[in-house]
Amino acid sequence: MAKVTIPIGPQHPALKEPACFTITLSGEQITEVDMRLGYNHRGVEKACEERTYLQDIYLLERVCGICSHAHSSAFVQAVEEIAALEVPKRGLYIRTIIGELERIHSHLLWLGVAGHEIGFDTLLMYSWRDREVVMELLARISGNRVNYAMNTFGGVRRDLTPDLCAEILAAVDILEERTKYYIGVVMEEVTLIQRLSGVGYLSHEDAVARGAVGPTGRASEIASDTRKDDPYAAYPYLDFHTVTDNHCDVYGRALVRVGELMQTYKILRQLVQELPDGPIVVKAPRKIPAGEALSRYEAPRGEDVYYVKANGTDKPERVKVRAPTLANLASVAKMMENNYLADVPIILAAIDPCFSCTDRMIETLNMDSRAGRLTDFRQLRQFSINWYKKRGLDFTALNKKLILKQDS
Amino acid sequence: MKKPGKMLSEVLKSLFKKPATLRYPYIKEKMPKNFRGLINFIQEKCIGCKICMRDCPANVINIIKIADKKFEAEFKNDQCLFCAQCVESCPRDTLEVTPEYELATLDRSSLKVRYHAKPDAETKTEPQVEIK
Ligand code: SF4
Ligand code: SF4
Repeated sequence: MAKVTIPIGPQHPALKEPACFTITLSGEQITEVDMRLGYNHRGVEKACEERTYLQDIYLLERVCGICSHAHSSAFVQAVEEIAALEVPKRGLYIRTIIGELERIHSHLLWLGVAGHEIGFDTLLMYSWRDREVVMELLARISGNRVNYAMNTFGGVRRDLTPDLCAEILAAVDILEERTKYYIGVVMEEVTLIQRLSGVGYLSHEDAVARGAVGPTGRASEIASDTRKDDPYAAYPYLDFHTVTDNHCDVYGRALVRVGELMQTYKILRQLVQELPDGPIVVKAPRKIPAGEALSRYEAPRGEDVYYVKANGTDKPERVKVRAPTLANLASVAKMMENNYLADVPIILAAIDPCFSCTDRMIETLNMDSRAGRLTDFRQLRQFSINWYKKRGLDFTALNKKLILKQDS
Repeated sequence: MKKPGKMLSEVLKSLFKKPATLRYPYIKEKMPKNFRGLINFIQEKCIGCKICMRDCPANVINIIKIADKKFEAEFKNDQCLFCAQCVESCPRDTLEVTPEYELATLDRSSLKVRYHAKPDAETKTEPQVEIK
């Protein structure tokens, strides 16, 4: 059969974020996948070097809207390690509580998106309605529904009152009830089981070879969880277990996520009941002594890695972000092989991708040779000026007018 | 038991429930007490240390000295990310969070606000009135 190559993306109704997949098909079946990222590069790492540590927390928090706390925590942990700050235990507990609440809202969001991708919009509506419980709670604790801004160097910014603790426990009860219902749906609803079983298969060996992380890896029986492997914050004091599954397909990934939700409720109960007294933050210096640190954090999508290098000033010399999606992208190509074209959205959604968090660079491709080329800012600017000139748009006059207006 | 229509009873039950959504803008959600909304500046308290300016991650605040020990602030609220770091950094509680969240506007410049000083009775310094 003749091979057909079709592009999916960068702008595509099935993808929520820009990424480009060039898919080679034989009939309906995928034989080869080529991926291109970098459409949403925002220069976050460079921007960090231009700002103070304190400002970087808020910038890095915005790497991802869903796992904002994961990114700020990973960064804050690295800096605390360099500055040898001892975070009070209460601060660690509160940081972990926010992290786990974030995991709930992220997994419920994923459940809805996965339902939506397979045309099961009822699931989307109900899981997102229940997600409101945790969003509301986060707003009450931190003052915002997303980008909670709870982290600061040496602890957290806001304390938990006994009222809020009671509210968390009450919300956990409601959510646990609902999650049990969703587990029932995932385990019993035949349309869901048949639609997801065997789709996006990633064997244990492939998952290991391609370094899958988070629920994607755990659904292929990789029992890796940073909270267990390299416990940070309050995790050394907690009792929970890592949820794995041997289905190795999208169905397995759904089971892992709902299973993980149940563990999260267990963790939250322990955290709130054992919340120690005392201060929530220690004072951090503005200038961080020279040094470097690598920090790992189990974000809802998998392991989030931060590298920070300090040079003794109030601005970091280098910040490196490795979002979990990047680690899972290598597996996506493998998962898609021999699947049907119609399965592309759900296979992709099953890793819970976050392309804007992942994009760390742009590469321009030469259209004829497909060879990569690096462009600096000056060239890029000149290129755009010429591009518009060719189409009869000249901004020179407009620019002059603007400058005049600014001066006056 | 594995059969289709697991969610059917839930769906039918919702027919008799109130909608989960609110009819905004007719009905508005009340924000929690410490919601991080629009930042307010209490002009009399400011000592002009400019710590807020230095810590703001989005270059929102500009503190302007208008007379001896008298400071005004200009806020570019269209850039603000409502992190409330300025509120925390200020040593004099000059800044505070408000529950105001309905800031959508068609005119970006309307989000640029200047907090003017009250005319001083003794020194008779008139605050500059300059707002774009
Ligand atoms: S809330 Fe944050 S962004 Fe807004 S003015 Fe204050 S420090 Fe700046
Ligand atoms: S930190 Fe507070 S007192 Fe200092 S300049 Fe800013 S508003 Fe004024």
